Amino acid sequence: MMPPVPRDIPLPLPAPRELLEALLILAFSAHIFFVNLTVGSAVLVLGFELRGRKERDFDRLARALAATVTVNKSLAVVLGVAPLLLLSVLFTIHFYTANALTGSAWLLVVPAVAAVFMLFYLHKYSWDRLAEAKGVHIGIQAVAVGILLLVPLVFIGDTALMLYPERWTETRGFLSVLALPEVMPRYFHFLCASLILTSLFGVAWFGRAKFPVEATFESFDRARLRRIFYSIAFTVSLLQFVVGPVLLFTLPSRGMHWTVVTAILLGAATAVPAVWMMWRETTTETASHRLPVIATSLTLTVLCMASGRHMFRGVALLEHRRAMEAATEKWIDDSAQAAYDAEHGRALAARGQSPGEELFRATCSGCHGVDKRIVGPPMTEIAVIYSGNPEGIVKWATAPGKKREGFPQMPAFAALGDEKLGRIARYMIETGEHAAAH
Amino acid sequence: MDIPVFHVDFLNDRLLIALCAIVHVVINHAMAVGGIPLVALLEWRAWRSGDPDADAAARRIMSVFFVVTTTAGALSGVGIWFSTGLVNPYAIGSLLRVFFWTWFVEWLVFVTEVGLILAYTLTWPRWTGARKRAHVRLGFALGLASWVTMALIVSILGFMMDPGAWRTDKTLLSGMLNPLYLPQLAFRTPLAMVMAGAAGLLLVRWAAGARPDLRRSMTRAIALWTLAWLPLCLAGGTWYARALPPSMAANVPTALVTQRLVAWSHQALGALALLVALVASIATWCALRPTTVARGALAIPLLACVALVGTFERVREFIRKPYAIADYLYANGYRKDDYPLLNRDGLLARATYASVREITPDNRVEAGREVFRLACTRCHTVDGVNGIRGALHGLYGEAPWDADAIAAYVASMHVARPFMPPFPGSDGERAALGCYLSTLEHHRDTLEGAQSAGAATSPQAPRVAGAL
Repeated sequence: MMPPVPRDIPLPLPAPRELLEALLILAFSAHIFFVNLTVGSAVLVLGFELRGRKERDFDRLARALAATVTVNKSLAVVLGVAPLLLLSVLFTIHFYTANALTGSAWLLVVPAVAAVFMLFYLHKYSWDRLAEAKGVHIGIQAVAVGILLLVPLVFIGDTALMLYPERWTETRGFLSVLALPEVMPRYFHFLCASLILTSLFGVAWFGRAKFPVEATFESFDRARLRRIFYSIAFTVSLLQFVVGPVLLFTLPSRGMHWTVVTAILLGAATAVPAVWMMWRETTTETASHRLPVIATSLTLTVLCMASGRHMFRGVALLEHRRAMEAATEKWIDDSAQAAYDAEHGRALAARGQSPGEELFRATCSGCHGVDKRIVGPPMTEIAVIYSGNPEGIVKWATAPGKKREGFPQMPAFAALGDEKLGRIARYMIETGEHAAAH
Repeated sequence: MDIPVFHVDFLNDRLLIALCAIVHVVINHAMAVGGIPLVALLEWRAWRSGDPDADAAARRIMSVFFVVTTTAGALSGVGIWFSTGLVNPYAIGSLLRVFFWTWFVEWLVFVTEVGLILAYTLTWPRWTGARKRAHVRLGFALGLASWVTMALIVSILGFMMDPGAWRTDKTLLSGMLNPLYLPQLAFRTPLAMVMAGAAGLLLVRWAAGARPDLRRSMTRAIALWTLAWLPLCLAGGTWYARALPPSMAANVPTALVTQRLVAWSHQALGALALLVALVASIATWCALRPTTVARGALAIPLLACVALVGTFERVREFIRKPYAIADYLYANGYRKDDYPLLNRDGLLARATYASVREITPDNRVEAGREVFRLACTRCHTVDGVNGIRGALHGLYGEAPWDADAIAAYVASMHVARPFMPPFPGSDGERAALGCYLSTLEHHRDTLEGAQSAGAATSPQAPRVAGAL
């Protein structure tokens, strides 16, 4: 199916496209880092607190991890504004079209996230007060997590839909977007990444020298905390090696290019040593210094993936964007022409001239005068023949025959088109009748 | 509009933006731009007097500001982006092309602001003793960052009303330094401070706790703060009102109330003045006899401020009409420069998404409905808030609604109602619109937006080739 080709905003981009794209990759990576931490922490806090009903130290771990969400969730939102700006500037029509087609879900993101954040505060500040009503306390976090997990789905659905202009006219609300092939794999890819990143954050956060392990926990020591987080990171990483390829194969081939695949495979390759090291960390008793290496290699993975994703978007939309550029240029030309024509018509009317006069002069006045024969008959004569029938003149001028002896054959003016001929015809009758009356 | 038309027919699309924007402005002004300097001042007073209870009270006020600004405050700001992108994508998209770097710098300051508010709140219990001075300074730095974000955004709000020199030179700087920028900033800055005082008065009893002397001194301090800023706010407001271009000033009476109640605009203005007087008198009462003020009375200044700011923002949005960006883009999403083309060829023939391309005697009503969707729905609903049925009823009442009379009115409505944009389509479309609108006399209609009905499509392609 042919995709619709809307016109773009006819104002120049505020900076070179490449610069804006580089900013988008950077700002988006920073945003998604804190989004991952917020989502991952919210899920892990819920899991730890549930486990804490049997093993008290897990409840304390949940509480210590929940304390970090206050900062991470605020940074996730504030760092999200820049990618939103950049996406709106670089992909204005694609992005806003996807927004409009999923409008209800898109708009609900705002109150949903606000509600989740308020629930986070409620959960954090009611830990002691609801110690006796643990079910309620866990329930608050469960509701928050339940709502929060819907939010990435909306973002992923929207940014997927913008890549499929040929699907825009078939889309009926947000639920139909979930059926796009890549949406669910991308969602699970994101969730896995959130858990991996948060676990590695946990290793660093609870492993730092200043963290008061003894004052916080009864039996957990640093080694135990490290193993808890590394084993989550390792398990989910293995899962990611299943979800990742599924996602790669569901991406529409329209955006595929060897550079995209290279970037993604490079990203996957740099993750392999990191996962191996995670596994080593879960099996050793004493702390080693692998975390910086793991973090570096996974940062490379993320950058490769983000670049691959962006290149995919570029390839997928290249043709459509060019078509839109052409349509926009055409629009500007057409509207300038229409403005000129309208202005011209008005200027003539203001001078008391009919809009046909200019055309008549340029085209016909060489042969037709007002009341004297030049080459053909004058307008006074023509007005008598075609009085009240300008269409007759149009018809004649489109394919003239030979009527009068001693007059040369008139050439055809079909190329002018009926509209212009009509204007000329009305002018001729008006002028001819006017001249005859005086 | 060359994007599938998002539309909420019972509510009115602009109300969505208004809801997000008013919540955002109230929180931003009362609890960030004005609120943070007020808290930092209270903290400084507590530090100077060496009173730990006063410090705890200031911190309690801050904790409320922190929770509200980082949840509803931040998200309602995001909500403005989301709702404007849905409701008038061409307007916000055009503004973004012009003001990208303003917004980008604003974002950098915003990141700083969030970093500072996290630091300020979370270090409060730890930075004590010798570090207290640094903590107070951190508070004032945060206040400054909040003010800078507002100062940047105000330039864009001014631009939408009067782009000034940007009309000719199209540069970012001349867009920012538009004629309404400084007057509006001179109004909003003290307004934010007054609103912070009002929010402070609401919280002071709870924050100060049981000690009567602390209650007294804090109530008085906040009241004096409010009274000190109020005259500046009135002066800034006067400057701003005088800077309005005459065409906008003429819209103010309608903006204050509604078209039907326009005769009451003087009374409305009087009511607003009364609200200001109410804020001033309660603040004076709090300053003179802080212990005798009833608890309920302490809530009045904030409620009055919310009413005032809500009205003020509504008026600002309204008087800008018929434009979304003055002299460039109409509120209906069409550029002034698009008009000759659309008048000649028609909206339907040129739109990417339309269910009708050519008007025939059989499809006039459907064509008119489609024209309504493309030209009118950014501001009007069929039967909801600012519904067209109500407007037509106001014009024609029980007399039969005549399609030709409506079409003739549409041709000249922008002359009769200067806040309306001229009709953007062709004469044939105007006639079809009249036809559709006349059917509403006896039939209720609901227009579904693209978010549920999808994009409007037609088997015929839009006209993209040159016209002549």
